[in-house]
Amino acid sequence: MMRTTLRKSIGPLAAVLVAVTAWLGLVVTPPDRDQGDYVRLVYLHPALAWVALYVAFGMSAVCSLLYLWKRTRSLRFDRLAASAVEVGVVYTLLTLLTGSIWGRPTWGVWWTWDARLTSTAVLAVLLLGYLALRRVPAEAHIRARRSAVFALLAAINVPIIHFSVIWWQTLHQGATVLNPNLSPMIHGLMAWTLLLSFVAFTLLFAWMVMVRYEIETRRVDEDEVGMAAAIADRQAEGIHS
Amino acid sequence: MVGMWRDALLIARRDLTIELRSKVGIWQILPFGLMALFLFAFALGPQTELLRTAAPGLFWLAVLFSSILAAQRSLNIEGSAATREANRLLGLDPAGVFLGKAAAMAVELLVLEVVLLVGIMLLFHVTIASWLFVVPALVLPGLGLSAAGVLYGSLAGGASTRSTLLPILVLPVEAPVLIAASKSLSRGLGAVTPDAGRWLVVLAIFAVVYSVLGVALYGPLEES
Repeated sequence: MMRTTLRKSIGPLAAVLVAVTAWLGLVVTPPDRDQGDYVRLVYLHPALAWVALYVAFGMSAVCSLLYLWKRTRSLRFDRLAASAVEVGVVYTLLTLLTGSIWGRPTWGVWWTWDARLTSTAVLAVLLLGYLALRRVPAEAHIRARRSAVFALLAAINVPIIHFSVIWWQTLHQGATVLNPNLSPMIHGLMAWTLLLSFVAFTLLFAWMVMVRYEIETRRVDEDEVGMAAAIADRQAEGIHS
Repeated sequence: MVGMWRDALLIARRDLTIELRSKVGIWQILPFGLMALFLFAFALGPQTELLRTAAPGLFWLAVLFSSILAAQRSLNIEGSAATREANRLLGLDPAGVFLGKAAAMAVELLVLEVVLLVGIMLLFHVTIASWLFVVPALVLPGLGLSAAGVLYGSLAGGASTRSTLLPILVLPVEAPVLIAASKSLSRGLGAVTPDAGRWLVVLAIFAVVYSVLGVALYGPLEES
């Protein structure tokens, strides 16, 4: 009940915040001196990347850990991890797409072998691998255990991939807001709109995960009901024959 | 702890004996690796300079793809319910089984790497400039690829799904090995490669991380 109320509140709130972000980003904030209107992608691309690489990956890793830990083992955590990864895949692909659209006018190419781009693409494939693993037919807890281990291995691999490609070569700009000096290189209305975009897209992610989790829970319930009905049918056939 | 190493030695000897008798590695995996080198050369054309520059990367691509076959082969040996049951009845430590399988696969990969190294020396006209870089650039990736291959192979489930699922699961994870091994081997073959030593450290970290993870996780995964 509380979960449904929360989901029903977060959905409209996320929609409103995304709409306000779009209005501020497209209408109110000024164009950039160098990048012109292309700078408006800053209100979309970094927020998507934040959710994809940190929130979704982090949530799937934490839920997987909670599933593997005997005291908290529950298929609910498995379903939550799977929901986070599914929505995370969408965010990751959108991150790559918006990055590519932004890269074309600024770097002159749709794709370049930059450290950040390459590591994000590798992580996208890892997430797809997780989803492929979940589709292998297996008993629920066996599938949950394999998926949880893979999610954690993928999470451990994130820093290895991250640093290896950074040492490889890089073109992508560094952090604008959370840089090592903690001195934001963006100010005024643009900074607030950027912050709002992070909140809006994080809430949208939360809402999508909740909806996906609900769908998966209902599917499992329906499978169980269907199985019980099938057993009842077979038993009835046995009695009649 | 002693039991784990003893079991590892037992399993490694068993896997290598099976490979020596069945000759699957010699007749299937090795020719596949060599064929991959030929195909890369066909794709790039006969320009010697281009082939020489690309040789380390192509070498590791060939090893990487061959390692998928080797991992599948290694886990097929362990795949049957009867083998697992026998391992349990013998009281073998799953961590030892993992280490033994990874060690046997590492030996197979090392043989493959030596053959393919001779292959790129003949076909791509490269020469060895520094054994100091070539030896660790062959050994460390072999250890890492073996540990990751066996671990992810056990994660990928039964033989019916493993053949298609394993490459999707393990290749993105092994991307750092491809980069680091190519850079290290480039240095060993005489190319100017800054931070080649650091790439060797990446390879060592990868091998250690996946060996430790395999020791910890192989048992629970095989139970499922």
